[in-house]
Amino acid sequence: MTDLRTDSLPPSGAPVRLWGRALRSRNLVIGAMLTLTFALAALVSFAWTPFDVTGMDIANRIKPPSARNLLGTDHFGRDILSMIMVGARVSIAVAFVAVGIGLVFGVPLGLWAAARKGSLLDEVIMRANDLVFAFPSLVIAILITAIFGPSALNAIIAIGIFNIPVFARLTRSGALTLWQRDYVLAARVAGKGAARISVEHILPNVTNLLIVQGTIQFSLGILAEAGLSYVGLGVQPPTPSWGRMLAESQTMISFAPHMALFPGLAILLTVLGLNLMGDGLRDLFDPKLRGRS
Amino acid sequence: MLRYTLSRLLSLSISLAVASLVIFLVIEILPGDPAVLMLGVNAQEDTLAALRDQLGLNGSMLTRYVDWVGGMLVGDFGTSYTYRTPVADMVGDRLWVSLPLAIYALTLSTVIAFPAGIWAASRRGSAADVGVMGITQLGVAIPNFWFAMLMVVVFAVNLRWFSAGGFPGWDEGFWVSIKALTLPAVALALPQASILARVMRSALVDTLSEDFVRTARAKGLTRSQALWRHALRNALIPVLTIIGMQFAFLLAGGIIIENVFFLPGLGRLIFQAISARDLIVVESVVMLLVFAVVMVNFMVEIAYALVDPRLRRR
Amino acid sequence: MSLLRIEKLSLDIGRHHILRDVSLSVDPGQIVGVIGESGSGKSMTAFTVMQLLPEGAQASGRVILSGHDMLSLPEAALCDLRGNEVGMVFQEPMTALNPIRTIGDQVAETILIHERVSKSEAMARAREALNRVELPEDRFPLSRYPHELSGGQRQRVVIAMAIALRPKLLIADEPTTALDVTTQAQILDLLKRLVREDGMGMLMISHDLAVVADMADEIVIMQNGVVVERGPCPGIFGALKHPYSISLLAASTHAPDRAVHVEEAPLLRVRDVRRTYRLPRKTLFGPAGEVEAVKGVSFDLKKGESLGLVGESGCGKSTLTRAILGLEEVQGGEILLDGEPVFTGHKPNRDVRRRMQVVFQDPYGSFNPRHRVDRLICEPFHLLDTPPTGADRDRAIAEALTSVGLSEADRYKYIHEFSGGQRQRIAIARALIIKPDLILLDEAVSALDVQVRAQILDLLADLSKRFGLSYLFISHDLSVVRVITDRCLVMKSGEIVEQGPTDQVFANPQHPYTQQLIAAAPDLPEIA
Repeated sequence: MTDLRTDSLPPSGAPVRLWGRALRSRNLVIGAMLTLTFALAALVSFAWTPFDVTGMDIANRIKPPSARNLLGTDHFGRDILSMIMVGARVSIAVAFVAVGIGLVFGVPLGLWAAARKGSLLDEVIMRANDLVFAFPSLVIAILITAIFGPSALNAIIAIGIFNIPVFARLTRSGALTLWQRDYVLAARVAGKGAARISVEHILPNVTNLLIVQGTIQFSLGILAEAGLSYVGLGVQPPTPSWGRMLAESQTMISFAPHMALFPGLAILLTVLGLNLMGDGLRDLFDPKLRGRS
Repeated sequence: MLRYTLSRLLSLSISLAVASLVIFLVIEILPGDPAVLMLGVNAQEDTLAALRDQLGLNGSMLTRYVDWVGGMLVGDFGTSYTYRTPVADMVGDRLWVSLPLAIYALTLSTVIAFPAGIWAASRRGSAADVGVMGITQLGVAIPNFWFAMLMVVVFAVNLRWFSAGGFPGWDEGFWVSIKALTLPAVALALPQASILARVMRSALVDTLSEDFVRTARAKGLTRSQALWRHALRNALIPVLTIIGMQFAFLLAGGIIIENVFFLPGLGRLIFQAISARDLIVVESVVMLLVFAVVMVNFMVEIAYALVDPRLRRR
Repeated sequence: MSLLRIEKLSLDIGRHHILRDVSLSVDPGQIVGVIGESGSGKSMTAFTVMQLLPEGAQASGRVILSGHDMLSLPEAALCDLRGNEVGMVFQEPMTALNPIRTIGDQVAETILIHERVSKSEAMARAREALNRVELPEDRFPLSRYPHELSGGQRQRVVIAMAIALRPKLLIADEPTTALDVTTQAQILDLLKRLVREDGMGMLMISHDLAVVADMADEIVIMQNGVVVERGPCPGIFGALKHPYSISLLAASTHAPDRAVHVEEAPLLRVRDVRRTYRLPRKTLFGPAGEVEAVKGVSFDLKKGESLGLVGESGCGKSTLTRAILGLEEVQGGEILLDGEPVFTGHKPNRDVRRRMQVVFQDPYGSFNPRHRVDRLICEPFHLLDTPPTGADRDRAIAEALTSVGLSEADRYKYIHEFSGGQRQRIAIARALIIKPDLILLDEAVSALDVQVRAQILDLLADLSKRFGLSYLFISHDLSVVRVITDRCLVMKSGEIVEQGPTDQVFANPQHPYTQQLIAAAPDLPEIA
C-alpha cells in the first residue's frame, strides 16, 4: 500500500490537444476500457443483475459456465457473474473512498509542509509520515478491523490511513520543486502569502502527479480490499466480494476451478486496467517521460 | 561516514521510541479494558481482576509502558494469555519460518528483477523491452494469494511436485523445508519482482540519459560498457529503497500467503492472536515487525552511503 | 590534408531538418569556431562528428576524420576512435562527471579503454593529464570525487579525460557557457595552450561571438542548420557579407539609445545591509555555523537612473536582490524606497512593494503554465487595496501589453504559445502594469539569444524614457551592464568593492577584482 514509483515533475507546458494524444496512447485506451467495464458493471448491478445474489439455488450448485449462468454458479448455486458485478461495486467503493481519504488529508499536509520547508512543522509532518510507513500496513489493517470489528467501513479506514503519507510525500516533493520556480517568486513579490500561493500556483501544478498516483493507489486499494476480504476482515456476508469469493472457492478449487478463476480474473483485470491508465496518464501529462516506466 | 551512521542511528531510535508509544497507546487505551476485551463482557469479575493483575494493568500507564519497553529490551515480551507460554518463545519459533521465507522470496525477486530490468532498459523500445514490461504489468496486478491458489492447483494437486501446504520444521531436513517454502516464496516474489524490475528499468533509463553517460561514450566506451560501469551503480539508490521496503513487506505481509499454505509463521501467529484477542502477543509482534522495518531502512541508508560518496560526508 | 573534413552534411531527426549541406574543415593545430544562436544546429554538427546522435537521426554527406569516414564506420570502430583520435568537452561541467567515481578513476578509464596497460600505469598517466590541466597533485589527488570540486575544476577534469590520449581533434561544445567570466578566461587559456602544445585541431562551438573571436583561426557562422558565412578570424569581422551575420555582429555590440534624465534625489537607499544564513549543524549538539552572504552593503539609486550590479555567482547579489524586494528580512542596516522602509516591523511594507517590481532570468520558469496572460500580468494588482476591475482592468492589460510590443489579443493566450523573447516581454508587462518607480532586472536578458537580447534592451531603454522608470540591473554579464547602465556597482564576497559611473569603471577600474573581471571578459575585435 505504499508508493513505489519515482516522482515525476509537472510539465511546464499547458494542457493542449490532450484528447488527441490520449486516444493514440495504447496504455491509456486499454486501461480506460478495462476500468470502465468494471465501473459500468458496478453501476448496472444497482439496477439489474442476471440473478439475485442472495438467492440460493441448491439444485444448481457448482455448475461450470453455461448459457444460463455465463460464469457458472458457486456452492450455494448463486450466479458468479452477478456476484462479480456486485463485488465490483464494493471493491471500487472501498478503494475510491480510501484514495479520497489519502487526498483530503495528505494533499493539504504536503502543501503545508512544503510551504514551511525546514520548519519544525515540516519536520513533524514528515517524521509522522515515516512512522506510518514503518508500520506493516497489512498488519495494522488487520489490527484495526480486528479491534473495531470487520466491516467495509473499517477496511476503508485501514486502507485510507496508509494513503495519507503517500499523497503527503508526493505533494510535498512536487511542491518543493515548484516553490523554486520564478513564478512563485513573482507571486511573492506581488505580496501573496504562502496559503494563497499554495492554492493558486502550487496545487494546480501538482494535480497531474496526484491523478497518476491516485490511479495507482486506487489499484493498490482494490488489491488490499481483496486481501482483507479473503481473510474475512472486509465486507461481511451476505454482500458478495471478490476476496471472499476466492476464500470460499479455495477448498473446492480442485473440482470447481471456475469458482476461483473468475473472481481472481476480475481483480487482475481491474488492477491491470488502473495501472495501465496510470502509466498512460503519466506519459500523457509528461511526454519527456514517455516509455520510461 | 561515522557521523552519518550516528545520525541515522539516532533517528532510528527516535522512530522506535515513537512507534512503541503509538502501539502501546492504540492497543492499551483505544479498545477500553484489555481484560474485558480478552475475556469478553460476560467474564466474572474475579477472573478479570486476576487477568488485570497478571497483565500488570493495576499500575499506572507510565509504569506499564516502561515495564513493557524495559522487558522487550532484555528479551522479555511477556506471557501469552491464550497459550500461557512466553511470547518470546512463540515469536522465536515463528520467526524461523517467516524470516527464511522473506529472505527466500526477496532473493528470488532480486534474481529475477535485476536481469529483467537491466535487459529491458538496455534495449529500450525493443520487443524485449515491451515484452518484459507487459509481463511485469501483469505481475504487479495479480493478487498474490490468488496466484498462490493457482500454483497449488497446478503444482500440488495436479503435478504433485510440491505439497499443498504445511511446514515440516527445520528438524526434518534443510531441503524438505526449502521445498515446503518454495511455492509460498514464488507467490510472494512474483509481484515484488515485477515492481522491482520496473523500478530498475526506469531508474536505469533515467541514468542512461544523464550527461555523464554521454561523457563516458565520448571517451570511447560502448553502450553496454557505459551501462555497466557508469549507469548501473548510479541507478541503485531507488532500487535499494524498494528492496528495503519489499523486505519489510515480505516479513509482515506474508500473513495472507501463510494462510493459503497453512505455514506457522509470524503472520499466522498475529492473525490467531488477534482472533483470540491475545493483545500481549499482538503488541509484541507488531513492535517486532516495526523494529524489523526500521532496521531494514537503517541498513538501506547505510547502503546508500556506500554507493554514493556524497552522502558519506554528511 | 585536413584533419576533419565535413562535406555537404545534412541531418534529420524524425521529421525535423536539423542540418542542410554543412561543409567545414579543421586542419591540425587550427582552431575553428562555430557560432550560432540556439537551434542553429551547431551542437548537432559536433555530435555528428562524434556519431553520438539521438535515436532516429539520419545523416547524409561525408564526415572524414583523419581518413575515417565517420558516417559509414561500424559502432565498434567508432568506439576505438572516440577518446583516442577525437576528444570532447561539454557545456555542463556540473553533470558531466560520474558523481560516484573518483576523478582519477574517470580519467584513467579513457586510457584503459583504448590501451592494454596496467591499472597503475593508467593511474600514473591520469595523474600526468590532471597536472597538464593545472590540477596539481597536492590539492587534487586522484581520489577526489567530483562533488568536492568547483565547476571550473570539474571542467578541467573533463578536459583531462578528453586529452589524456592526446587526440588529434578536440571538440568543445560551449565549454565555458556555464562558468563565471574569470573562470571562463582561465579555461579558454588552458584550451589554447593544450592545442598549441599537442598540435591538436579544435572545433570550438559557442553562441558567444566574443569568446570565439578571441581564440579561433577561422570562424563559421550558422543559422537554422545552414552555414551562412565563413572566413579567417579576425579578418572576417570587417568583411561580413550575409545579412544574418551582419545583424548578429551588430546585436552583439548593440548599445540601446538612451536619453538619461537622472534626478539628484535618491529613490532607493541601501545602508549597511547585512544578511546572514544559518548553516546546517555539523555535529548534533554543536553550535550552528553562520555564513554572511551580504556584509554591510550601502548604495543609492537615483530617480530615473539605471544602476548596474555586477558580480560572479555566489557574490551575494541574489541575496541582496531578495532583501531589496522585501522577500527576506535583513539582520542589519536598512533599505528605503523614497524614504519608506521595505520592512516595517517584521512585515513587508505593501506601500513600498507596489512601487517596485522585478523581471527574472528564466523566461520559461517565470509563469504559471496554467494561467492565461491576462491573469499572469495582473498578479501585481494584488498589492493594491482596490484592484481595478472590469473596463479599468481591461484597459490596464491592453496598455501593458502594447507598451512591450505585444498585441491586446495576446491576453487570451497561454504562456507556452510564446517564444523566450516574447515571454520576457510579458514579464516586463507584468512589472509595468502596476506603474512602479523601480524595476529590478535580475539577469533579465542573460538567457536570451543576442538578437533578442538587443531588442529587449531597446525596449527597456524606451520604457525608461516613456515612464521615467529607474532600473537596478543585476547581471554577471559585463557587456550588457556596460551598454544599459549609467552607474555600476561591483560586488565580491558580499561586499561592494567598487562603484562609479559605468564608463569610468570600465575605462579605468580601480579595484584589483574589477580589473581582473574586465580583463577576463572576452572582447570583439574593434573592426566592426
